[in-house]
Amino acid sequence: MFEDFSLTTLIGFTVLGAPALLMLALGLSSLLEWPGTERGIGQVSLAAIITGLLAAISMLAWMLITCERHESVELGHWVVIPDYHFSVKFLFDRLSVPFAILSFVLCGTIGTFATRYLHREPGYNRFFVFFSLFVLGMVMTSLAGTIETLFTGWELVGLSSALLVAFFHERSAPVRNGLRVWAVYRVSDAALLIAAIVLHHLRGEGDFEMLFGAGTWPLEHTSLPSSQAAVVGSLLLIAAMGKSALVPFSGWLPRAMEGPTPSSAVFYGALSVHLGAFLLLRVSPILDVSLSLRAAVVTIGLVTAVFAVLAGRVQTDIKCALSFASLTQVGIIVAEIGLGLRYIALTHILGHACLRTLQFLRAPTLLNDYRTLENAIGARLPRWSGAWVRLIPEHVRVWFYRLSLERGYLDGWLSDYIARPFLAVFRWCDAMERKWTDFLSGGESRESDHVRPSLETLDDLV
Amino acid sequence: MSELHFPWLALSILTPLLSALWVNRLRDADEAHKWSAVFSGVTLAFTVGAWQDFFLLGASQASDGWDLLSPFLGWKLLVIDEFSAPLLPLTALLYLLTAIATLKTKIRRFSFAGTLVTEAVVLALLSCQEPWAIIVLLALPTVPPYLELQARNRPTRVYVLHMAIFVGLMILGWAFVEAEGRQRTHSLWAVLPLLAAILIRSGIAPLHCWITDLFEHATFGTALLFVTPIVGAYSAVRLVLPIAPDWVLRSIGLISLATAVYASGMALVQHEARRFFCYLFLSHSSLVLVGLESATPIGLTGALCVWISVGLSLGGFGLTLRALEARFGRLALTDFLGLYEHTPALAVCFAITGLASVGFPGTIRFIGTELLVDGVVEIYPHVGVAVALATALNGIAVVRSYFILFTGTRYVSSVSLRPGLRERFAVLTLAMLIFGGGLFPQPSVESRNHAAAAILRERAKRDPSLIDHEVPEANPDESPPMRSEEVRHE
Repeated sequence: MFEDFSLTTLIGFTVLGAPALLMLALGLSSLLEWPGTERGIGQVSLAAIITGLLAAISMLAWMLITCERHESVELGHWVVIPDYHFSVKFLFDRLSVPFAILSFVLCGTIGTFATRYLHREPGYNRFFVFFSLFVLGMVMTSLAGTIETLFTGWELVGLSSALLVAFFHERSAPVRNGLRVWAVYRVSDAALLIAAIVLHHLRGEGDFEMLFGAGTWPLEHTSLPSSQAAVVGSLLLIAAMGKSALVPFSGWLPRAMEGPTPSSAVFYGALSVHLGAFLLLRVSPILDVSLSLRAAVVTIGLVTAVFAVLAGRVQTDIKCALSFASLTQVGIIVAEIGLGLRYIALTHILGHACLRTLQFLRAPTLLNDYRTLENAIGARLPRWSGAWVRLIPEHVRVWFYRLSLERGYLDGWLSDYIARPFLAVFRWCDAMERKWTDFLSGGESRESDHVRPSLETLDDLV
Repeated sequence: MSELHFPWLALSILTPLLSALWVNRLRDADEAHKWSAVFSGVTLAFTVGAWQDFFLLGASQASDGWDLLSPFLGWKLLVIDEFSAPLLPLTALLYLLTAIATLKTKIRRFSFAGTLVTEAVVLALLSCQEPWAIIVLLALPTVPPYLELQARNRPTRVYVLHMAIFVGLMILGWAFVEAEGRQRTHSLWAVLPLLAAILIRSGIAPLHCWITDLFEHATFGTALLFVTPIVGAYSAVRLVLPIAPDWVLRSIGLISLATAVYASGMALVQHEARRFFCYLFLSHSSLVLVGLESATPIGLTGALCVWISVGLSLGGFGLTLRALEARFGRLALTDFLGLYEHTPALAVCFAITGLASVGFPGTIRFIGTELLVDGVVEIYPHVGVAVALATALNGIAVVRSYFILFTGTRYVSSVSLRPGLRERFAVLTLAMLIFGGGLFPQPSVESRNHAAAAILRERAKRDPSLIDHEVPEANPDESPPMRSEEVRHE
């Protein structure tokens, strides 16, 4: 038994250790300003991902052979003091193993694609540093056995995503969009952190095995009463909404397409956009307890799906169109989770992520593909529109068209009714402080007012 | 009380003090810079020696070795305990890195001798537990920034007004405490002046304007070194925490919590880098105070961990901004500057220290933040989540400033702006400490937990009814902590 335990620990450690070592190697070389060659970076990345993938597959094989549906690998207490401990624990079950394998497969594919796509790009090394951060975050989130470990991975994914959106950082648009993504992710992170703290206070535990009993996914249950589950579940739902770009946080998804195609493919087409859905799957026993929470999950999922269909149909840019197509499926997946169809949701995630990655990687050659198809059939590709469209009055169609083109005005709504009033309050406070220090100084108190005049306002950055 | 094997504390204080005399005599600014860095390095070595010696003793308190002054004074002047032991090398490190990372363009404006004197005073403050000596040592470092402001013909009224009130209230408050003697609870006449003094020195809103004013008018290095040791919180632990009733602590905690959120919001709307840094720092130092005033083992441990991490990460963050200022002048946060291409190492350092300051996973602050939020939510269940909000806003502010300073455009320069060897050393040292402490947090958290327990025992000893939380037992091998009066009567 001890030998079995050691083997699974070793395999589990390899699954996590490979991306961690990759990040360490690339991060350290960047910090010391010794970036490797393109070839070296590509090979090291691929080797780490293949190692992790093989270890994850080995764990799957082991679990299939031994008929174990649930294997927990505890790496011990990271921190332990009286009344507090931070355990590093990873769960290998029917939810986490497929998701981890999916992460490795898609990251390996994208990594290989990126070595060619970003050839001679000045930020080649930087891309792979962020990429390694992302891989580690994804694997850690997938396999997390405690909510604290999940939060750690969650934050790594968030930061790497935002930095990769701003990858072409000599232009202002990607940077603005990167900051927008980061702002939404921080809201999501805060919700997850608060959920973790609330769980700790309610149960004194952040360990999923303790929280959800001894059953294996998806047959777990929680002893949280409905009211407490509603509070914790709502916070987790907000976290998932931010990460998966569900309504009303959908505005950042098309903005994220400013990043290089490989990152768009792996993050917003395939993996990180599903992370919110994954979180809901992981905490699904909490959803089960509260009917109102499940109703909210289904509603948000369906509203997101409808919104994404409408917005996706009027996009003029292939990456944006694909991102909304992705969001449509994510909305449906979330609705499936709310309805309790967990296996269907997991299968949906796996299939959709693979398909969408392929589509994103083909996106740069879309026009060429269209031309090839049209040459083959000897005519323009047909455009279908349903007969029902003619039943809708024109002014309604125009209204819907504008609504879709403006992406439901969600971005504007968040800016006008949340971000700007919030900043306006602090600007007013700043003005009051200026008056107060001017009064105390008996004159002008701010030298910083004379620091280089602004040419362009960055108000809309947050 | 245990005794260190060597007079580490006296040497830590005397080295910068005496070297200031030597540096002050040097006419060549380059020489002053070089010797200042050397003496700061020696001071750091002595403080590390004190820390390690204390650690090996395994005591909860220890006086300095070969203490020659105690027979004359009748009490131990220099005492180190679990709370102050790591703060000494942290402070010395900040002074060393500031001296090292001062660029040639700034060495004529920066007073190295004055900085060494201030270092000696702050180290003496951190090595002292006698209340009146603490008050004097809190008052003394307020003088050099005033002299600098005057020398640079900058307005001093805001700074002088606040510092005069701070010192006055400290003296008034402690005079009442002494007059009332060792009693169960002190009157409002004693507690309120001390409370107000702590709020002023810690820059708690609305009494924080002197800090923004100082950053506006003083040199960045002076302002940075004046605030980063967080001596306001230190005085709170030494003077207020042992005697204040629960309601006072709760009040300070709530006001500090509001300040943390307020300052994080203000950091988002600043148009200039120094002011942005100032509010970011205020937000974090307020969080330290929130945890300290929670007076629970977890909250206090979190606050002490965050204290160390704030010193390292925001100290490094400030030094990075200072290095950028030395190259490009005062930095407006209104236009994209696109400095990444010319200063990639500074960009990396900015990102690492900035993210470490907001508790990013893998950095030294991560566990501290977890503990802090946990402890604060226990005391303030409904508003404690504001800590998470402040952290989220600070995260947005840090990344926003990173993007504005380093990206968004292409900066054209005909000369190399890359950091020199000294600056690179400072960057790597900080990165090593930030990640080392983040990846292996157990020793640091354990040590801070012991310090928190000692602080709570001290509070419980004064009046057991003052606390409503279980206080961890002291190690039976350790000598019990002593109040300064008891030490004096020994």
